[in-house]
Amino acid sequence: MTQEQLVTLAVVLPALATVPISLAGRWPNLREAISLTTAVVTAMVVLSLVPDVLAGARPQTATISIFVDLKLGFAIEPLGMLFACVASILWIVNTIYSIGYMRGNNEPRQTSFYVCFAVAVSSAIGIAFSANLLTLFLFYEILTLSTYPLVTHKGDDAAKSGGRVYLLLLLGTSMVLLLPAIIATLVLAGTLDFTPGGILAGTASGLTLALLFGAYMFGIGKAALMPLHFWLPAAMIAPTPVSALLHAVAVVKAGVFTVVKVVVYIFGIDFLAQSGAADWLLYAAGFTVLVASLVALRQDNLKRRLAYSTVSQLSYVILATAILTPISIVGAVLHIAAHAVSKITLFFAAGSIYTATHLTEVSQLRGIGRRMPWTMTAFAIGALSMIGIPPTAGFLGKWFMLTGAMDSANWIALGVIVISTLLNAAYFLPIVFNAFFLSPDKNNPGDHHHGEAPWPIVLALTATAIGTFAMFFFPEIPMELAKGVISSEGVD
Amino acid sequence: MIESHLPALLVVVPLLAAVFTALIRQGLASYLVAFIACWSLPVMSIALLGQELNQGTISYALGDWAPPIGIEYRIDSVNAPFLVLVSFMAALVATYARSSVTSEIESSRQGWFYTVYLLCVGGLLGVLITGDAFNAFVFLEISSLATYVLIALGKDRRALLAAYQYLILGTIGATLYVVGVGLIFAMTGSLNMVDINAHLAGIETLRPVLAALAFITVGISLKLALFPLHVWLPNAYAFAPSVATAFLASTATKVAVYLLLRYFFTVFGADLVFEQQPITPILLVFSVAAMFIASIVAVFQADIKRMLAYSSVAQIGYITLGIAIATQTGLAGALVHLLNHALIKGTLFLAVGCIVLQTGAFKVKNLAGIGRTMPLTMAAFVVAGLGLIGVPGTVGFVSKWFLITAALEQGWWWLALMIVTSSLIAVVYVGRIVEIAWFREPSKEVSAGGRLPIEMLGVTWVMAAATIYFGLDAEFTAGLASRAAETLLAGIK
Repeated sequence: MTQEQLVTLAVVLPALATVPISLAGRWPNLREAISLTTAVVTAMVVLSLVPDVLAGARPQTATISIFVDLKLGFAIEPLGMLFACVASILWIVNTIYSIGYMRGNNEPRQTSFYVCFAVAVSSAIGIAFSANLLTLFLFYEILTLSTYPLVTHKGDDAAKSGGRVYLLLLLGTSMVLLLPAIIATLVLAGTLDFTPGGILAGTASGLTLALLFGAYMFGIGKAALMPLHFWLPAAMIAPTPVSALLHAVAVVKAGVFTVVKVVVYIFGIDFLAQSGAADWLLYAAGFTVLVASLVALRQDNLKRRLAYSTVSQLSYVILATAILTPISIVGAVLHIAAHAVSKITLFFAAGSIYTATHLTEVSQLRGIGRRMPWTMTAFAIGALSMIGIPPTAGFLGKWFMLTGAMDSANWIALGVIVISTLLNAAYFLPIVFNAFFLSPDKNNPGDHHHGEAPWPIVLALTATAIGTFAMFFFPEIPMELAKGVISSEGVD
Repeated sequence: MIESHLPALLVVVPLLAAVFTALIRQGLASYLVAFIACWSLPVMSIALLGQELNQGTISYALGDWAPPIGIEYRIDSVNAPFLVLVSFMAALVATYARSSVTSEIESSRQGWFYTVYLLCVGGLLGVLITGDAFNAFVFLEISSLATYVLIALGKDRRALLAAYQYLILGTIGATLYVVGVGLIFAMTGSLNMVDINAHLAGIETLRPVLAALAFITVGISLKLALFPLHVWLPNAYAFAPSVATAFLASTATKVAVYLLLRYFFTVFGADLVFEQQPITPILLVFSVAAMFIASIVAVFQADIKRMLAYSSVAQIGYITLGIAIATQTGLAGALVHLLNHALIKGTLFLAVGCIVLQTGAFKVKNLAGIGRTMPLTMAAFVVAGLGLIGVPGTVGFVSKWFLITAALEQGWWWLALMIVTSSLIAVVYVGRIVEIAWFREPSKEVSAGGRLPIEMLGVTWVMAAATIYFGLDAEFTAGLASRAAETLLAGIK
């Protein structure tokens, strides 16, 4: 198969799988087998593209034209390659996990769950491979719409209102800010193609440029920059595999991916650095990092604490991008992958606890490590990675971010990263400590007679925990891809 | 031989078929006559579009009386796409109509339904095709009178009141229009649109001409339901039979918009209307008011047909907004949204027709759980709803793209912001239906009902598929719209 066909296949395959998945609705084993097979094949297709991209190839497909300037097409560059790898690999693990979780909790409407999930992954890969802003926007919106039924899966009033916030905020920001920004970009630059070095240099300045940049940063609501972050905690009502999809596989990653992509390939980091239009972003991101961490500290609900942790971690990526040096961009890119693998471990663990014990609050988890050693060990590893302690994946991104901040003598960024690291430790380590070193609370009704969660859950969270280590010890591929992002920047 | 008479046949066929059905007056036979007649229309209009694309403007002298004395049928790049739209909608709705008409209209009146339906189709096609100002009035009245009857055929007794309300307001609109035409005739001595334009040169600043412009603008604005002249529309759409609503919503107001464009650009000329007179700010204010107020009102409707009707008023605001900008992109945006909105609203009302047939429910609260009992119909509804919101991959996105670009090209970023903000309100009213249809347990009405006739679901899905297809490949629709915009802006040379 040619590269062009492989690129298209990677996007289309998960979407096509929805047909057999929905037809197999009555036979759960067959349905899950199709989901899992599709996930594995999709990941293989995506991974088969990696060697060429590392070797410098930039596979692309022919564009189809909607009308004159409006074109849809795919083109792979290192950043998109990395995001697609993360999404497709984590989809496999997430599918295994979902089987355990959805069956273990007797969730209703499982067929539509797997169908929407496949569409969401398809659109995440579509976002990753987009050749231009219009294609990206198309898949960005499909991702929002396909995850809405997942967020509201429970179907009760809480799910409905959570879904409202989710849909209105994500659709709202993208339509009110992102779409006009994209159209303005086309009016100014005459193209929407992602181009190394950017396309806007010399076409706008002053207030126009600042407004445009602001419209992009807040228009990409999936990146959850404060004050447009609250859709993420609202979406916590969803089943845990969906939270994992939102926080690790697709949604928020699509957000920060788009931020990096727009900064690097639409504005160009040199142009932004000269113009000063992005200076405010450092403060906005720094503010989000710190405030979200402080809020996380006060959450007793485990999933909400994880959600605010995500808001904070996403702004690390934005912060690193806003430093606008090549080395910090490497940090941002690595952190996208590192956060994905660590945060999915944490959510898997939270869902594992819920499935086995129906506990949801941090204060109920005393001594749980003795009954659920696998789950809590994985949780501890994920937490260490969130804090950025070696030998875990989280260390990598933070190292490059810190280096970038120091190189450019950006003391604000440096201060934010250091303080927030302490805050991360403050809201994660007590959970781990209490789980392993305190004795279980005798009064806690849900805490008796349980062991580990069903085996697919344990298998999945063990795999991602190992992945968290693996990315530290074998960082070559993500590292090379991250460096590819900056080497293509400014060369052409 | 017959090709050269296609312009006349396009109008004569539905009118003659109407006479036949009036003589037959029997449900099934009338339906067959209407079905055959309606499907001959898209064939003819496509042929005409082809001729126009190949050879340019077609001028047809009715009864061989040469214009400007005789009536001229004139097909150019502006009305050719409209003819295709209206004739296709007529054919699709005729295909869909049978079961819905049988269930919603009592049997003694079913034959009459097809008669007035064909009269309405013929009238609308006549308005589109004629190049004569008074002839346009005649056809406008044929279609309007037919429309009043169509609405009055609704099952609910309030349909009579709705029809009466529209009769009064529609007649006022038509009267204003004909007064305007009279003034023009007095000043120029001509009724041929192109000829009028030539005679107006030099006298366009005279008061009677300006008065004519004002009369005609307001008269047609009533017909196209420009906010705040829209009051007849929600009741008319809500109480008419579902089939009639689906057809009217996707054609009637569109034809009125066409007529307005004709007067602005062909008869009076863009220079007089937009440069010398403050039409742009006036239209902008009413358009923006429609976009926001009508959308917000739609959110609070208890009846799904009324909700969609208010949504139509809002969508007409986007169309007139594009006209008000009066640039190439703006006009193309208005025209492409006109086609796109016809597809979207057609799909939505056809889906509602399926729901009414199956469950009898048209109150929003009675739609609980319908997403689970009628998944295919509601899927089509959601697809069209996404088009209404303007999600990429649907026709609504193409429209929105044009309109926002047009606003930004003028440097009117505030207007762009209003377009996108108001489209968010559509998320609320479409989302409200989605929540009720899927997140509530199916009610008694909704779980009852047998199989949906295949042709009804089929037509609904053909339309829904078109809203996606033309959203991804807009070369045809946006191409035609851009050509028409060019022609309009060039005026009569």
